[in-house]
Order: sequence, then structure tokens, then C-alpha cells
Amino acid sequence: MLIKELDTGTPIRTNVETVTLTIDGEQVTVPKGTSVMAASTLRGVNIPKLCATDSLESFGSCRMCMVEIEGRRGTPASCTTPAEQGMVVRTQTERLAKLRRGVMELYISDHPLDCLTCAANGDCELQDVAGEVGLREVRYGDGANHLKDVKDASNPYFTYDPAKCIVCYRCVRACEEVQGTFALTASGRGFDSRIASGPTDFLSSECVSCGACVQACPTATLIEKSVIAEGQPEHSKVTTCAYCGVGCSFKAEMRGEKLIRMVPYKQGQANEGHSCVKGRFAYGYATHKDRKTRPMIREKITDPWREVSWEEAIAHTASEFKRLQAKYGRESVGAISSSRCTNEEVFVLQKMVRAALRNNNIDTCARVCHSPTGYGLSVTLGTSAGTQDFKSVDEADVMLVIGANPTDAHPVFGSRMKKRLRQGAKLIVIDPRAIDLVRTPHVQAAHHLALMPGTNVAVVNALAHVIVTEGLLKEDYIAARCDRDAFESWARFIALEQNSPEYTEQFTGVPAAEVRAAARLYAGVKNAAIYYGLGVTEHSQGSTTVMALANLAMATGNIGHVGAGVNPLRGQNNVQGSCDMGSFPHEFPGYRHVSNDAVRSVFETRWATKLDDEPGLRIPNMFDEALDGAFKGLFVHGEDIAQSDPNTNHVSAALKNMECVVVQDLFLNETAKFAHVFLPGASFLEKDGTFTNAERRINRVRKVMTPLSGKDEWAAICELSTALGYPMSYADPSEIMDEIAALTPTFAGVSYAKLDEMGSVQWPCNEASPNGTPMMHVERFVNGAGKFMLTEYVPTSERSGPRFPLILTTGRILSQYNVGAQTRRTENSAWHAEDVLEIHPFDAEQRGILDGELVSVASRAGDVALRAKISERMQPGVVYTTFHHPGSGANVVTTDNSDWATNCPEYKVTAVEVRRTNSLSEWQQRNADEDFSLRRLEVIDAAE
Amino acid sequence: MEKPLAWDEPRAKALVDAKSGLEGPLLPILHDLQETFGYVDPRAVAIIAGALNVSRAEVFGTLSFYKDFKKQKPLGRTIKLCLAEACQARGADALAERFETKTGCKIDGGFHQGVEVETVYCLGNCALGPNALYDGELFGALTDESLAALHARAAREGVAP
Repeated sequence: MLIKELDTGTPIRTNVETVTLTIDGEQVTVPKGTSVMAASTLRGVNIPKLCATDSLESFGSCRMCMVEIEGRRGTPASCTTPAEQGMVVRTQTERLAKLRRGVMELYISDHPLDCLTCAANGDCELQDVAGEVGLREVRYGDGANHLKDVKDASNPYFTYDPAKCIVCYRCVRACEEVQGTFALTASGRGFDSRIASGPTDFLSSECVSCGACVQACPTATLIEKSVIAEGQPEHSKVTTCAYCGVGCSFKAEMRGEKLIRMVPYKQGQANEGHSCVKGRFAYGYATHKDRKTRPMIREKITDPWREVSWEEAIAHTASEFKRLQAKYGRESVGAISSSRCTNEEVFVLQKMVRAALRNNNIDTCARVCHSPTGYGLSVTLGTSAGTQDFKSVDEADVMLVIGANPTDAHPVFGSRMKKRLRQGAKLIVIDPRAIDLVRTPHVQAAHHLALMPGTNVAVVNALAHVIVTEGLLKEDYIAARCDRDAFESWARFIALEQNSPEYTEQFTGVPAAEVRAAARLYAGVKNAAIYYGLGVTEHSQGSTTVMALANLAMATGNIGHVGAGVNPLRGQNNVQGSCDMGSFPHEFPGYRHVSNDAVRSVFETRWATKLDDEPGLRIPNMFDEALDGAFKGLFVHGEDIAQSDPNTNHVSAALKNMECVVVQDLFLNETAKFAHVFLPGASFLEKDGTFTNAERRINRVRKVMTPLSGKDEWAAICELSTALGYPMSYADPSEIMDEIAALTPTFAGVSYAKLDEMGSVQWPCNEASPNGTPMMHVERFVNGAGKFMLTEYVPTSERSGPRFPLILTTGRILSQYNVGAQTRRTENSAWHAEDVLEIHPFDAEQRGILDGELVSVASRAGDVALRAKISERMQPGVVYTTFHHPGSGANVVTTDNSDWATNCPEYKVTAVEVRRTNSLSEWQQRNADEDFSLRRLEVIDAAE
Repeated sequence: MEKPLAWDEPRAKALVDAKSGLEGPLLPILHDLQETFGYVDPRAVAIIAGALNVSRAEVFGTLSFYKDFKKQKPLGRTIKLCLAEACQARGADALAERFETKTGCKIDGGFHQGVEVETVYCLGNCALGPNALYDGELFGALTDESLAALHARAAREGVAP
């Protein structure tokens, strides 16, 4: 069955005050400020409408929703008329019927009558309303019309057919109010008014292809190409997007097992009906021809792959791992779990490592992104997680965004931020680059602190210095909620001259006055919220910056109430979850240390086996040990370390030194070039389970198609564990969640039954808060008292100098996602076909580099060639690239410097030199060769 | 009327910057560009959008709404002829038809020998229609002769170097 969501036409207000009115003889009570239209819909009676939909404020242009109100003249539009106490409304009268039919007749006089062959047939509001009002004839003959207007099919995912447009402005308003891009307008006037994507076609316009306009369109004017090609879906299931940490809920609309389209789910509490180009449109990879769906093995990585049965693949892997452990010791093997996989899959993988491999060599890709968040927030605030839900930003007065680029990397939350900023909230951006938020239509940062990469700690300390020395501290809050001794020693430290904006200016490059103004702004409002991303964590002092941010929030009393908080924007769909699930070598699920006897005995009892009390290897240690010859076998689950981890040459040398590398993935990715066993993975559309987003929200993932590999990923891991000698089996993923709940206090109240009932739940969810916890640390910090930490700025050893005078920093862009394994296999490449090197005009000029030229980017680790893009987003001295395409090899250049506390790599600071070149680098040429030589498939003799 | 300048990006930027601090700056900016260059070059859209921190689409929407903002460099001079109800009642329709036949210059049909005649709807001089506007000057109680004379003047000024 297709899930149909109620459209109340205009938003339902949240006012506590209510009004009661009579509509068609029935009494209805609604929050004050709700429209007559919405009130009527709530009682189950639709008023015909075309220009109204409840994701948008009322507009009052279509003239279909007229009603009669006692005591008022005429026929007011119900969408723009607020419900009032005692109002008596009639929605269906003879007079209204006539008026509506008349208006409809005018609409249809300029609309093609091709309903039977129209792609929206069955999902067209114009058609529905024509039926509702009883349109029977159109008396206006061959007048002027737009039926010959030309379709714009330039966007890869949807078409714009002006011939079908009724100019209701829903798309224009969706682009403004929901997405905040303002890419659509009406051109011309009067009869010539047409919706337009500015002066160009859709693809070359400002459109970011989020699809909000398509969703808002009541006709076939803006419609998915997939619906045009395949027809209307017939059933749908609610599931969770598998891209970024926003964790948007979608209806996967299907025909049989074919996905027709993804439609954001209005009841999804993370996204409330919005989406970005990736979540809505970039799912084509799931059925891409590159998918490998059979298990494969090979002796040596230079051999061709041989397809085998699941049984053989699992038996072979188990025997290899057993052989390695027998020969090189128990510690010689391990696994890396994936933040792209479900909580249940991650849980069984770490359980397999701890119980079947009998060591703690389990780490996760969070190591290379948010491990400093886990550490930094847990020592200061007491939990390894963000403090707020996304909704909280709706009440923020000031947002401080540091090292994050939400409009590209977390677009749905970025839109929500922009909405709040348009309402008047102030913005401070701390970033080496002028990210979009610094200045984008109708949004302008109050302060952009364009610091040199690597100086985050100095800048955040300087902000705190101003707060402490200018008397902007929230003394009563600190006294009531924070550890006194820790605060006092921090306050003494931060007041030192070395932390003053005037002193730090010399290396941060940020003018002291700007820092002072930003600090006063942040400390001077009721609700100030911090949002940060990998630009904070991926540094040699990543953990220190996280602690410095927590200090800043505590010092100003900005934790524990709505509109405030410290919020990591998680890069991947389940990075929060994979950390929660015990993916770290030193922690069991729920962030409890493996050396804690009480905790360990709980797991030992439940799992009926002895567990190792020594922390295992972190990812970088695994590579180092592999190069030393001590680490020999690795299970890599849904992650492409050969592309995503820093210093690619080091990683690939380590992988080549191992004897059994197992990759479970959708594709033969870069890491699989060095693998001996390939196990086919399942896309999120083929999975049942849960993802936990950046706001600790546990969302259900629901299977809409059979795994192409014929096996659930969690089941494959259970079978491997069993083959290794530790039997594991579950009837379905809900049983895994039950085990998680039984073993993890913060998840104690979580079950699939509860998730199905509530839609989603934010941990901690237990006896104390059975319905979850949208906001943390409300009355007190969970660890008792907030702990200020000393955060001394220590410059990174990676510095620019005569050989490498520029600093390279890396990041990602809207249309591509991380290593691009998925998005590169979709039409998203229309927007970003290759990685480029962004460079300031000054640096380009000095080196004689022209826009679009091939340049070599070299660091002490390696060099690659990229095309230059001259951009004033950069500051002089800083260059930038993305790492979405394996052939560009951005991580060949990055070094193995890392965070002092967590080993999170210092991706964001690499000293480089850039010069013109006319050829690809040696690594790129070798990599291109290896794309073939290490990826061969066995040719099966036709006679066999 | 001064001769319009050729498109000059620094000049356009200066015009935009001069007015971008106003409340509701878009129309004054568009007017200045129109007056300076005789049209609003498409390249101005991005400049204005950047200066006002609005989208290009928004600038384009406003720009395309007003007929008086020309999309390209004018090929001559423009006469605006009122065809609103009051002028129609005083014979503007018939006047226009005779004018078209006689000169071959189609109303709203673009430039013809250096002159374009555009319809407008009401110049606020209804008692003395039919009315036309040329170079900021109102011409009332038009006759075939006075319209022809106005047209001749426009043609002269329009093709002049």
C-alpha cells in the first residue's frame, strides 16, 4: 500500500492557546493562528486547494479554497484566514460550488487535456480538484495558451514542463521557504508569467536539485524522470537515508521490487519532509551494473577473482583467520566496522571480533572522523554525543559554525539553519574558507573568522579569553553545574596573555577585533548553539578543540536548554551508532572500557565466553603492525580505507603486507584491489535495521528489496563467527537490538516495537526516560558536574615552509559523498565530474596557473595532479580539494599526522606545493594500471 | 537624452554599489542601469545578486516583470502609445491601425527603421487622449499628423550616430 500523508494545506501552529470554531456544523478546536483550511482538514474534510500545501505558508492565489464565514462579506480564502473563536464556516454551498467550478474552468482552459498519458495520472492534485468541484465542461475555446511551451529536461532527475504549469508558486515558495536557495522565480507578468529557474535552464541555474519543488508541484510540471519512465509507484515503506548524519526519513515508493522514487517523510523527525539531492535522487548505485553480488576469493591479489558459493567463501575466510591466529598469534587479525552499516550489523561484527577472534582489534571509520568528538565531549560533558536535537536550532539566537559546511555536507540541516538565520538569528563562521553560509542569498554571517588551518584551538581559546577577561561568564550556571576546581584552573589558564586575541592573531590570521566582537556576540544572547564538523576533529589537536568548544558552551551557560548546545554534525548516516555499538578497540557498546571488570563480566555472561581486557589496535596501529609483519588478517566492512584514509601509499603498503584481507562491500572498491576475499554487501534498500543520526536519533531502516547477494549482511557475519568457532544466530535484526538493549544501559528501552510505535527515539532511552532524550544535560551534566579542561594550543608539526609553502585542506561538496562509491555511480556526477584544486588568485598568479590547468599538488607524503580552480573562497596560502574520486588520490598527499588523543588523522592540514604539470603523477598512473591488474575477474571457459 | 554608454562592467558595479545600501535597492539599481546603458545587460544580473545577497533568479524575476527594463541594447528610439480604455474611447485603436498601415512600423513589433512603438496602459492624461510618451515628454490629443511628426522626429534621432 502507498503511504499517503495528510496535507493540511497550511502549517498547524504550535500555539498552546486554542480556538474553537464551527465548520459545516461541526465544532473543531485548533491552536490559535491555524488557518480555517487546516482546521477543516484536521476534522477530516478537505477544502479544494491548489496553491496550498502544509510545508509552506499560505499564499492565497489559486482561489479554490474560498469559504463562507457568517458575518463576513464575500468568500474569503480559507488558507489565509486564521481560525477564530466562535467562527461559523461553511465549506460547501451552492455559491461556492459555482465559483470553484468557474475558477477551475479557467485553469483548465490553459492546461493540456492529456490526463490518460500524463506521468502524474493518479497523483495529480489538479485532476483531483477538478473531480472535487465537478468540472464538466470548459467553455473557453482556442484562446491564447501555453500548451506549446518547451520542456526543460536539463536536470538529470526531473523535468520542468511549463505547458502543464498552473503558476501556483508552490515550487518557488518551496525553494525559498523550505530549501532556502531562492533558485526559482516567475518571469514576465500577467499572461506571460512563467515559472523560471532564473535566466538559465535548471541544470545551469542556482538550483541544488533538492527536489522540494518537485514534491510541492501539484501537477506533472515538475516531476521525477523515474516516474515518467516507470509510472506511478504502488506501495511504499518508510526508511532512513544512508548518506549523511542528518538521517532523513523517506518513503521508498516502489513498484514490486523496483524503487520508483524516494519521497521525504513529513513525520520523519530529523528532516520533517525535506531532503537533499543525494537522499532523494542519488540511489541509482543500488542497482548499478558495477555491483558485485557473488562472493569471490583469490590466493594472491594479482590473481583474478574467482566466484564461489557463500559457504565456500565463509569457510575459506574462517580457515584463513584461524591459520593466521595459529601462526602469528591471537592479535594478528581484526576488523574495521562501518559507519554506513546498521547498528545491528556493527554490533554483531564487534561481537564476532571480541568473542570469536578473542581480541579487541575492532575499530571503525569514526576513527578518521569523529573519534575526537567521542573523547572530547565525554571528558567534559560526560557523554560522547551532541547535546541537542536538530529542532533546537529553531530557537537559537546565535549559531557558531566551526569546521563544518552544512549546506554541502548536511544540506537538510543547512536549510533549517538558513531558515532560522533568515528569521534573524546571528551567525559566526570559523573556517579557512568562505563556505556558502558566510554569504548566500538572504543569509550573511555576522563574523567570518577565516583562520589558518590548524589554529582552531588558538581561536576558540581566544574567544574564551574574551569571555573570561571581559566578565561575560555565566557565573551562577558554572557555580551550580560545573566542577569548581577544574573551572578555576581553566579560567586562570585561559586569561593568560598567550590566549588573547591580540597575541594569537599572529598565527591564526584572524584580526583580534573580529574575535572580540564574535565572543561578545556569542556570550551576549540567551541561546547560542555550536555546530561543528570534521574541520574541528581532523587535526593534531582535534580532541582539544572539541574540549575547547565544550568549555566555551559551559562558560556561557549554553548547555542544557533549547537553542543552545554543542553539536557535532556527523558525517555519515550511522557514525553515532557505530560508535555507540562498541566499535572502538577499548570500549564495549555504550562507551564502557574493556578493562572494567564489572562491565566485562556482563558481556562475558551474556555471550558465554571469556573476553580480552586489553584494548586492541586502532586503525593506524593496524597498518603499522601490518608493515612490521605482526598484523596479518583484516575484515573491512563497508568502508574504503585505501581511498579514504590518509597517506594512501602507507595504507596500500600495509594492505599488501597482509595475508588475508576480507572486504564486504557493494562494489570492488579501492581496498578490494588488495583483498583476498570479497563478500557482497547489501544496499540500505536491502536491509532491516536501525541507523542513529547526529542527534542520537535511532531511526528504522526497512528492507524494500531482496538482497542481490542473497544474504543479509548481519547473517553473513554470524555465519563467519560460527565458522570461526563461536556460534551466533538471530532470527532477525530485532533480536540483535534486543541484545543491544539488554547489554547497554543507554539503550535499555529501545526495541523495534517502540521504534515502530514512536517513529524514532533519541538515546538515552531507559527507565529514567522511556521515550528517549531529545536534549541532554537538562538539569545537570550526566557525569555529575561539567568539567572544564585545559586546552593549550600546540601548533601542528605540519607547517608550511620553503619546500611546501601552501596548506592543503580537504572537504566534500553537495553532490558527491565521501569516497563517491555511491554518488559517482549516479547522475550526480553531472554537477561534479572530477575533484579540483581550489586556489586563491594570488597563489595561482604567482605560479602562473590558469583556471582549469592541470597542476601537481605535492606534499612530503606524495603527489597527484588535479585541475586548478581559481577561487576567492580561498584565502592566500590555503588550497582545497575534495576526495570523491579514487583517481584523484587526494589522500596520497595527506600525511599520517593525527590527533594526540584518538589518532584521528590530520586531513585538514597538509603542507604542499602546487605547480603546473602536464601529466598525471606516478601514483595516479600506477593506480590506473592497478584498476585493471588488481581487479580482474576469472574468465570462465565457455565449455565448462 | 544622452547617448547610452556601451556595457562597462566596472561602471555597472559602481552603479550597483552606489545604491545597494538603500532600503529596497533593486528597482533604483535597475533604473540606473537602464538609464546609463539604455538596457539592463544580462551580465548585470549576477553583479546585482552578489551585491544585494539575493539569488540571480530573484533579480531576473523582477527584471523580467517590467517591460521598461530592456533586455538588449536599443536599436533606436521608443514611442509609448497609450491603448488603455480612455484613449481607446478617443480613437487610439483606429489611430494606431492607420499609423501601422502608413508607416509599416508594427506596434509592439520591435524596431523598424530606428523606431519602436510600444503600447502602454494609461499615462494619466485621459482627458486629452490619445496620448504618447517620448523621451520623457507627454504628447496629448494625438492626431495622425502629430503622431507622424513625432515618429519622424524619433526616426531622425534614432538613426543619428
